[in-house]
Amino acid sequence: MSTYLTKRLIYMVLILIGASMLIFFLYALTPGDFVSGNLKMSAERKAELRDLYGLNKPVFERYLIWMKNALHGDFGYSLAQQKPVLTLFNEYIWNSFLLAIVSTFLTWVIAVVIGVISAYKQYSWFDTIVMIFIFAAMSIPSFFIGLFLIKTLAVDLKWLPPGGMMTTGSNATGWAYVKEVIHHMTLPVVVMTLLGVGSLTRYFRSNMIDVIQQDYIRTARAKGLTERTVLFRHALRNALLPAITLVGFELPGLFGGSIIIEKIFNWPGIGQLYMQSFGSRDYPLLMGFTMFIAVLTVIGTLISDILYHLADPRVKL
Amino acid sequence: MKNTLEIDRLSTYFYTEEGTVKAVDDVSIRVREGETVCIVGESGCGKSITAMSVMGLIEGTTGKVVNGKIGFDGENLLDLSKNELRTIRGNEIAMIFQEPMSSLNPVLPIGQQITEPLMQHQKLSKKEARLRAIELIKQVGISRAEQIFDSYPHELSGGMLQRIMIAIAISCHPKLLIADEPTTALDVTIQAQILDMLREIKEKSNMSILLITHDLGVVAEMADYVVVMYSGKVVEEGEVVELFNNPKHPYTKGLLKSKPIINQRQEQLYSIPGQVPNPLSLKESCYFHERCAQCMSICETQQPKLKEVGGSTQKVACWLYEEGIADV
Amino acid sequence: MSTMSSEVVKSSRQDHTAVKSSLWTQSMRKLRKNKLAMSGLIFVILMFLACFVGPLFSPYTDGKINVTAMNKAPSLKHWLGTDMLGRDVMTRLLQAGRISLTVGLASMLLSVFIGSILGAIAGYYRGIVDQVIMRIADLLLTIPGLPILFILGALLSEWKVPVDSRMYIVMLMLSFVGWPGLARLVRGQMLSLREREFMQAAVVLGLRDRRKLFNHLLPNLFPLLIVVATLSIGGAILSESVLSYFGLGVTPPTATWGNMIDSANNVIDFEKHPWLWIPPGFAIFSTVIAINIFGDGLRDVLDPKHKK
Repeated sequence: MSTYLTKRLIYMVLILIGASMLIFFLYALTPGDFVSGNLKMSAERKAELRDLYGLNKPVFERYLIWMKNALHGDFGYSLAQQKPVLTLFNEYIWNSFLLAIVSTFLTWVIAVVIGVISAYKQYSWFDTIVMIFIFAAMSIPSFFIGLFLIKTLAVDLKWLPPGGMMTTGSNATGWAYVKEVIHHMTLPVVVMTLLGVGSLTRYFRSNMIDVIQQDYIRTARAKGLTERTVLFRHALRNALLPAITLVGFELPGLFGGSIIIEKIFNWPGIGQLYMQSFGSRDYPLLMGFTMFIAVLTVIGTLISDILYHLADPRVKL
Repeated sequence: MKNTLEIDRLSTYFYTEEGTVKAVDDVSIRVREGETVCIVGESGCGKSITAMSVMGLIEGTTGKVVNGKIGFDGENLLDLSKNELRTIRGNEIAMIFQEPMSSLNPVLPIGQQITEPLMQHQKLSKKEARLRAIELIKQVGISRAEQIFDSYPHELSGGMLQRIMIAIAISCHPKLLIADEPTTALDVTIQAQILDMLREIKEKSNMSILLITHDLGVVAEMADYVVVMYSGKVVEEGEVVELFNNPKHPYTKGLLKSKPIINQRQEQLYSIPGQVPNPLSLKESCYFHERCAQCMSICETQQPKLKEVGGSTQKVACWLYEEGIADV
Repeated sequence: MSTMSSEVVKSSRQDHTAVKSSLWTQSMRKLRKNKLAMSGLIFVILMFLACFVGPLFSPYTDGKINVTAMNKAPSLKHWLGTDMLGRDVMTRLLQAGRISLTVGLASMLLSVFIGSILGAIAGYYRGIVDQVIMRIADLLLTIPGLPILFILGALLSEWKVPVDSRMYIVMLMLSFVGWPGLARLVRGQMLSLREREFMQAAVVLGLRDRRKLFNHLLPNLFPLLIVVATLSIGGAILSESVLSYFGLGVTPPTATWGNMIDSANNVIDFEKHPWLWIPPGFAIFSTVIAINIFGDGLRDVLDPKHKK
C-alpha cells in the first residue's frame, strides 16, 4: 500500500510540473498582456509597469519565479482587480461550489434511481423513454439550453430570474437572502443537472443490467428472498460499488466552476471570473485558475484510485 | 413411495429474434421421496432449463413455460402466484449451481448469505439464525465456522464455497434439492468429497435430489434413476443399473461408449460424430438422426414417442424399438 | 519451407476475411433491424443533404444585404425570418450546417487518426515509447480542455488568421484536445489483444512487427474505432459550437451553428428575434442526438461486449 502510494505521489508531482510548464508557456504564447492592452496609459508608464511586473524578463525566468512563488502559496497578484489571486479565488469559489454541490447531488440521486429502475425493467416502455432522455441529455449544447430556458422561463413566463445571484439592488438578509439565492440558482442548477444526468444514468443503468445477470442474483432468487431484498441488498450494492471511483472525478467540477453556465447565467463564480480575466488578459489569475483545476484533477484521480481499493473487498493493494 | 416432484409434459420455449427455441419440449420427470434422479445430456439439451422451470426462475421477456404441470406436494407450481412460489423456493425446494465462485454475492459476508433464508422462511431471529448458520457450516465439514461466518467469498476456495452453497440449500430442510452440475467446476478430489456429502445429507434427511450433469461418472455414483435428454426431449430413461447395463437409444449407447473405463486401455476414446442440431431449425424428425449410425428413413420425418420396452421400467424414444418398423 | 509457411498464412488469412465479411454482413443486418438507430442514421443523412444540397434551391444564397427586409419574423417567403442585415435565416442555417458538419467530421477523423496510431504504437511496443506517448496524453488530460481551447482561440484572433482558414485551425484545435482520450482507449485494447491466442499464433509464425500491427491487430480494432469515431463526431460538433459561440472559433461572415447563436448575446435579438438563435440551437441538438443514437446502435452490433 505505502510503496504504491509513494509511486503515485511521485508521478502526481511530475505530472503537475509538466502541466505547470505547459500552462505557463501556453499563456506566455498568447499575444498581448494586461499593460499593453490598456489604451489610457502613456508609453513611458507602460514600460515602467512592464518592468515592475517582470513582464520584460525572459519566459523561462518568469516561469521559475512564478513556480517559486506558487510553492510558497503565492499565486500572484491580479493586475485587473488589484488583489491577490488566492483572495479572489476565495471570494468567488464558494458561489461556484454552491451551484456544483447542489446539482451534483441532484444528478447522482436522479441517475441512481432512474438508472436502477430502468435496468430492472429493461426493454419496457419506461426504459425506452429513459434511453431517449439519456441521449437527449447527452446531446444538448450547454450554452444553448441555458439561453433557451432563460428566454422561455425567465423572459417570457417570468417564473424565475434570468441571471445573477441576487436581484440588483437587493439587500435582503437572513431567510429572505437564502430564498432569493435559491430562486436565482434554480435555473443554473436545473441546466447543470440536465447536462450531467444523461451519462451518469446510462452508467448506472448498464452497471445494474450487468449485475442483474450475475449468478449470485440467481442464487438470491433461488433462496426465495423477496424481490426487494434481491434488488436492494444484493444487486444495488454491487452496482453502486464501481461508481465510487467517479466521486474523485467530480472534484474539479465541484470547485472549478462551470465557465459556460456561469457566463450564461451571470453567476458570480470562478468560471465567470475566468471569462472576465480572459478578456483583460489578466495572466496571473488565468494561470492560477488553470493550474488550480489541474491540481484538482490530479488529486481527484488519486482519490478515485484509493476509494476503489478501499471499497471493494476483492481488490488488495 | 410418494412422489416428491412430478413434472408432467413440461414445455419451456424461448422466443428470440431468430425464432422460437423449444428448450424443453414435452418433458415428464418424476422424483420420488428420498430418490436421486439424474438428468444427463450435453450442454444445451435443456436440462438446466428444466430445473429453472421448476424453480420458477425462467426470467426475462424471452423465455416462458408454455405448457405442462409441475406437481410438488400436491400442488401445481405453475398455478401458484409469484409470492407463493417464493415461499417454496429456498425453503422446500433448494438449488445449488455449477459455479460456486460466482454464485455467492462478492460484497456480502458468507454468514449473512446463509442466515438470509433462515430469517426469511423460518422466521428465526438474527441471533438464532447465526447459531444455526454456524451449525450448518460445521455440518458441511468446514472447521473454524465462526471465522468463516464473517469472511467474504473471495477468501474461500471453490470447494469451500460449494460447501457453503450446500449449507445454504439445506438450511431450511428442503424436500427437494436441485443440483445443477454441482461438481463440474471443481477439482476431481473435491468432486468426490462434495458428492459424498450430498449423499450423506440425503440419507440422513430423506431428501430427494434432482441432479443435473453431463458426467456419467457422477451419474453412476449418485443416481437411482436416470433421464437422458437430447435437444429438449427425453430420449431414454430407466433405473440406473438397467440403463447402464442395457442402454437402448443409440445416443445413450454413444454416451456410455465415450466414457473412459478405468483399467482398460483404449486405442482411441469414442466420440459421437457430428454436433447437436441448431435448436432453431428443428423439423419433425428424430432430432438425433443426423448423428445416428442406425438412421432409417422414418427417423428423418417422424418423431418417435417415449415408450416402455421389454416389460421393464426403462423407456426409450426410438424407432428401432417400434414394432413393425425396425424390420422394414 | 518458406513457401509452405507463406501458404499457411495465406490460407489462414483467406479464412479470416471470409469470417470477417460474414460477421460484417451479419452485424449490418442486425443494425438494420434497430429502428431507433436507423432513424438516427436517416436523420443525419437528411441533415447532410439539406445542408449541402438545400442551399442550391434557395433564392437567397448570395448573402446580400437587404435593407428592406431586416429582422423579419418567419413567413412563407422567409421560413425562418431574416437577420439584421436582411439575410434569409433558413439559407444561412443550412450554409452554417455545411461548416459545422465538416468541422465535426474532419476533426473526428483527425483525432481518431492521431489517437489510434499513437495508442496502437504505445500498446504494441510498450516500454519507453509507451511511456512517452501516454505521459503526454496524461498531461493533456490533466489540463482542463476549455481553457486550452480558449488560449488557442485567442491566438487565432491575434495572429489575424484569414477568416477562410480559421475553420481548418479550429479542426486542428479540436483534434489536439480530442486525441489523448482515444489513444488511451486504443492502447488498452491493444494490450489485451496482444495477449490473445491468434496473436501468439502470429508470433509463432514469425511475422514481422509491421505486418502484425497492421494486418492483424489494427483490423481487430476497427469495430471499436468505428463506434468511437461516430460518437465523437457529436462531441466535436458540440465543442465547435461552444468555441464559435464565444467568438473563438469560426467567426462571421462565415456562418456556423455556434456563431449564429452568438446573436443571443444581443439583448434585443435575444428577447425579440428568437428566430435568429433558436433554430441553430435545435439544429445542433437534433444532429448530435441523431449521431449519438446511431453510434449507440453501432456499438450494440459491433462491440457486443458493451451491449447493455
